[in-house]
Amino acid sequence: MENHQLSLVVNGQPAEGQVEPRLLLSDFLRHELGLTGTHVGCEHGVCGACTVQFDGQPVRSCLMLAVQANGHEVLTVEGLADSREQLHPLQQAFWEAHGLQCGFCTPGFLMTLVPFLAENPDPSEREIREAISGNLCRCTGYQNIVTAVRLAADRLRAI
Amino acid sequence: MKPPPFKYLAPDSLEQALELMAQYGGEAKPLAGGQSLIPAMNFRVAQPAVLVDLNRITGLEYIKTAEDGSLAMGAMTRQRDLEFDPQVAERVPLLHECMPHVAHPQIRNRGTLGGSLAHADPAAELPVVAVAASARIRAQGSRGERWIEAEQFFQGMFTTALEPGELLVEVVFPPAEPGIGWSFLEVSRRRGDYAMLGIAASLSLNAQGVCSAARLVFMNAGDGPIEARQAAAGLSGQQPGPEAFEQAAAAAQQEIDPLGNVHATVAYQRHLATVLTRRALAIAAERARGNGNLPAAGAA
Repeated sequence: MENHQLSLVVNGQPAEGQVEPRLLLSDFLRHELGLTGTHVGCEHGVCGACTVQFDGQPVRSCLMLAVQANGHEVLTVEGLADSREQLHPLQQAFWEAHGLQCGFCTPGFLMTLVPFLAENPDPSEREIREAISGNLCRCTGYQNIVTAVRLAADRLRAI
Repeated sequence: MKPPPFKYLAPDSLEQALELMAQYGGEAKPLAGGQSLIPAMNFRVAQPAVLVDLNRITGLEYIKTAEDGSLAMGAMTRQRDLEFDPQVAERVPLLHECMPHVAHPQIRNRGTLGGSLAHADPAAELPVVAVAASARIRAQGSRGERWIEAEQFFQGMFTTALEPGELLVEVVFPPAEPGIGWSFLEVSRRRGDYAMLGIAASLSLNAQGVCSAARLVFMNAGDGPIEARQAAAGLSGQQPGPEAFEQAAAAAQQEIDPLGNVHATVAYQRHLATVLTRRALAIAAERARGNGNLPAAGAA
């Protein structure tokens, strides 16, 4: 099968690739660009670990082909914070509130929740739980994730 | 690599897409939002030789109100756009009400209206709502276009009336009649999971507040959207209320043909059908009273 030329913007930087059409966006990010913060769990759209932002909206990167990202913008967890020295306020809140244990699911949660908080800056607990219904976490029991989101929401509103 | 190799084509126009579909025949699969097809390919359950990606085509993503009040939507309209569009909320409240139940926000950002209908999963919300709201589906092939009633469109598990090479291009929902009320309910283990059972119901009340028509369409209750016609017909001429709804629920749970699955036995699915029919009709009746020149709530 012929390769396709791919040119897109990842975390604000231009990126290129020569890809087989069957290469998933998740695998392109991890294996071609070395952005291994995007985690791959179930690879059929259930666990949410591979969630990235595609043109600003959270999507499952395991349910897109890399070629489909040609000409589009992708944001991964590596691009969330402004600098390497400082965490994004939501990352900071996850850390402080113990919103993670093993951390495997965390990038997917973060990439889902940042656009959610932009749309809904003061969510109720129920709204938070609905927003994360598409992300599985096997460690925390979700309680501290919800706490972290509340903490981040309060801080982000104060900025 | 998860999926097996395939030839990838991304046409810019519908005409080109139809040509490619005709050229490759049964070898080609159209790719809409990919939220069902890509997982099936990741599992290698689906192994299309050619993928015709519809995402580069402009003009298939729209929501427009027509002069007669009906709502026309392009096949590639994202589910997330349906969820938040004020025209959908106003014109097709049943569709609006079901949207938050369609998988998860991340899936709805990519998933499309046309893709879900053409996939025809018996456990999906959109086919059931299309049938209950009498939607019409416009299909286009290289030889021209035709309209298909939603009721005729679904022909079994993952099977539709689309001919090889035909693409679903538009879905039109007729305007809601006065005196009609609706409800969408489902029960799932977790929010966003495939429901163990669901229902899209509508109930019309006449000027005297008596039931004049009803539709009860069930999700995950057979090999496609399953309509309980006899149960619905039995409501005609009845006073809306617990007694009539109980009868309808008892009849409906017998009319459906649930298959059972790892989360719900057939008996439990029938139980859910009973409970959801009762609840959905009560909600629909309440809304019907608020939608037209009818006795105020509580009068019946």
